[in-house]
Amino acid sequence: MTPERVKGQELSSRHLLGLEGMPGEEISHILDTADALKEILDRPIKKVPTLRGVTVVNLFFEPSTRTRLSFELAEKRLSADLMNFSKTGSSVSKGETLLDTAQNIEAMRIDVVVVRHQCPGVPGFLADRLNSVIINAGDGAHEHPTQALLDMLTLRQKFGDIKGLKVAIVGDIAHSRVALSNIYGLKALGAEVMLCGPPTLMPRGAESLPIKVCHDIDEAISWADALNVLRLQLERQKSGFLPSLREYHMTFGITMKRLEKAAEMPLIMHPGPMNRGVEIESAVADSGHSVVLDQVTNGVAVRMAVLVLLSAPEVKLT
Amino acid sequence: MEPIRLPKKYCLKGARLIDPVQGLDKAGDLVIENGVITEIGSDLSAPVCWDMQGAIICPGFFDLHVHLREPGFEDAETIRTGQEAAAAGGFTGMACMPNTEPTLDQAGVVRWVIQQADGFPVAVHPVAAVTKGRKGEELTEMVELRETGAVGFSDDGSPTANPEIMRRALEYSLLVKAPIISHAEDLDLSRDGAMHESETSTRLGLPGIPRISEDIATIRDIMLAEYTGGHLHLAHLSTEGALRAFEEAVKRGVRVTAEVTPHHLLLSDKAVEGYDTDTKMKPPLREESDRMALMESLKAKSIQAIATDHAPHTFESKVVPYDEAAFGVVGLETAVGLIWDRCVDQGVMEPADIVSIFSQGPRQVVGLSVPAIKAGAPMELTIFHPEESWQVKTEEFYSKSINSPFKGWELKGRPWGILKDTHWAGRVEPDFK
Amino acid sequence: MKFRIKAKLADADGMRRTLTRLAHEIIERNKGSKGLVIVGMQTRGVHIANRLKDLIHSIDGGEVPVGVLDVTLYRDDFRLKFKQPQVQATQINFDLDEKSIILVDDVIYTGRTTRAALDALMDLGRAARIQMAVMVDRGHRELPIRPDFVGKNVPTSIGEEVRVRVKEVDDEDAIYLVEMEDLNGEEQPDDA
Repeated sequence: MTPERVKGQELSSRHLLGLEGMPGEEISHILDTADALKEILDRPIKKVPTLRGVTVVNLFFEPSTRTRLSFELAEKRLSADLMNFSKTGSSVSKGETLLDTAQNIEAMRIDVVVVRHQCPGVPGFLADRLNSVIINAGDGAHEHPTQALLDMLTLRQKFGDIKGLKVAIVGDIAHSRVALSNIYGLKALGAEVMLCGPPTLMPRGAESLPIKVCHDIDEAISWADALNVLRLQLERQKSGFLPSLREYHMTFGITMKRLEKAAEMPLIMHPGPMNRGVEIESAVADSGHSVVLDQVTNGVAVRMAVLVLLSAPEVKLT
Repeated sequence: MEPIRLPKKYCLKGARLIDPVQGLDKAGDLVIENGVITEIGSDLSAPVCWDMQGAIICPGFFDLHVHLREPGFEDAETIRTGQEAAAAGGFTGMACMPNTEPTLDQAGVVRWVIQQADGFPVAVHPVAAVTKGRKGEELTEMVELRETGAVGFSDDGSPTANPEIMRRALEYSLLVKAPIISHAEDLDLSRDGAMHESETSTRLGLPGIPRISEDIATIRDIMLAEYTGGHLHLAHLSTEGALRAFEEAVKRGVRVTAEVTPHHLLLSDKAVEGYDTDTKMKPPLREESDRMALMESLKAKSIQAIATDHAPHTFESKVVPYDEAAFGVVGLETAVGLIWDRCVDQGVMEPADIVSIFSQGPRQVVGLSVPAIKAGAPMELTIFHPEESWQVKTEEFYSKSINSPFKGWELKGRPWGILKDTHWAGRVEPDFK
Repeated sequence: MKFRIKAKLADADGMRRTLTRLAHEIIERNKGSKGLVIVGMQTRGVHIANRLKDLIHSIDGGEVPVGVLDVTLYRDDFRLKFKQPQVQATQINFDLDEKSIILVDDVIYTGRTTRAALDALMDLGRAARIQMAVMVDRGHRELPIRPDFVGKNVPTSIGEEVRVRVKEVDDEDAIYLVEMEDLNGEEQPDDA
């Protein structure tokens, strides 16, 4: 199942800030490691002692249930000591600055910081100021590397290889950190990527990225081997990006009726949580084409892999 | 920095004297007596002399756009520290923006600023607010403000969205004979943007400020200036679109002038990669094509002034995530060195053009008299060494704030300080023998 | 790290003879192959385990399942020795409860890898008993651990290592005694 590894193959950064610029071999290395770790999740005793004595803090400045639980589970499966910090009820709401928070973490000798923040660049801000390993759990509309990694792991399990695969990312691209990380990762592994959504939700300069852009969902469905359907933040309608959710569903919603028109049904992915009846119809979400729950399982494996690979202390090579 | 009282009579020897207005550009000596230039020539003598071999002496530079933060935000800058930064950067005068607390919308506050600046050789000329409280609703008492000493009017940072207000302000500018300085930005289009909207903002995940936000506001204000005949001055022009609109308006005979900043001339949106909050300002750093267009306009001499938009901010308001950081960068102490290094050394401008764009150009925009190097002129001079190599080190700044995107840059050419009336103020000590 | 071959301890024939003897001993000690399962340790232990399984089949006709174990996640030197660990697959597609496990590795040395393997097996199920088979025991134990079936006892000095080569990975079947030339370098993680 797992090929013999090339000795010395490893991640070149001690942090995981994003997938931009990460070579395909490193991404594959993380996915291979995740594959090897997945088995632990099916054991009667779902725990290995690997990260005993390693302290991880989950620093969530923005509400997130799934990502935080997934990281927490990964940390527990690896026997790390973990602490949770979320914005509500913490000193941040009392006006403590990010810099103070960072300095406190440093003083507490935390080994690994998993950070989610509404502002892009915050993981890098912490990496510049802390000795801890920083793992980006989503920074604003910038990157969400572990989400893209779990999406790619799911694709690899279903299709065997990502090279040459056609993946369409559908929906609110402009405000999505999932889209950007997926674009970088999928391109590094040799996939073709299409972005599909209304022009108001396409990022500026999308045309200059190495991807296709289209505004016709039927075209995207017939082109793609897999659709990654993004969550539509409901407040986008209020901010004027969309006339109505109803119209969005009619124009870009993934429905059985639409899928059935395609010669071959694409695989359906969704980073969750889903707005059923908006970007995706329940019948699709619960169908055999949907791998939404596999994504959740893979999320734990991918996060375990990242933690295992990055938690080894830096050895000064002479 | 303490100003140093100069001898009653002295000679500045051997510097290169540049005054484009007088058609002067040659090495020579100056004799100054009681703060007035009395003689220009060679082999002049006086009781004491300062050997300035290798330096350039030129009419004092003027910064058309600074924020001195006082009153109200003295932890970022005070009038005095701003003056010290100006002297160290080679400026003998500057126009300060009204976004203080209280805002400069009443004669009393404007008078207070002028009095506060008195006693240090750098002249401070307040720009008063266009509307009361800079709220974009009611005009300020522009006539009284002008008489008190305001040299222009601006709601810098909070441009009015209401074209009717802008129209009346431009009409009033005819009465008060001072420009309306436009921070041209459509705030609805800028929304919550943190940087220029481009492929780079997409890659960084930062909300964008589209170029049309500046283009549209610029074109609106130009049309209002054309209709009213009022004098419009475009602050910190940054897009190619706004530049074209400006150049076409000038051709049509509209009374419009413009300034550009060193950061828009020398940096593009790529500088934001890495999320250094000292690259965050308004208007944001644009694309390379905009930067090149601005550089070309310098060559073509269509722009009147280089102004720094010196905007000090405390450490606390900059060491935060990019999105949450304050807009603005300091510039008084780097502008001249940057422009000399990147423009003269690279053939964009002649030394005389630089002197012109820093001394004559900005003063003409606000109707101030231009200092001169000629016998009988009151002394107001900038001393500058074109060969001095230095590195921008924020710990050496006289400004209270260190938010410079140019930290660490290696430059050639650096101001020493200024001579104004009877005093010297600057980075280096006078060396009279 | 560079090394120099000091002696060839066995060739392909020698290895086959040793493995045949080990298979016989395993069957004899366990009174047949019923209830036995074999777990090979990554990487070369897996290939030796597969050969033992075939040999056992040829001797008493029994079908003994073979599983694969990677102990990286259980090592006591994780975070001390490796810059980044290379985690390989653990694949044991059968129940370990009440089974007699034959744990197979190529070389036993300090015993620390075996300790990690025992912990891993404990997490995977409650075996009736665990026995250990190795191709080579080179001594220098640091823990109270002793293999049940030993192909060869090779007394070594600290500067020496034993390399078991299998044709599935190394293109030949052989056992070498090698001398390490750079003793100051990082120790190899494979606990050879």
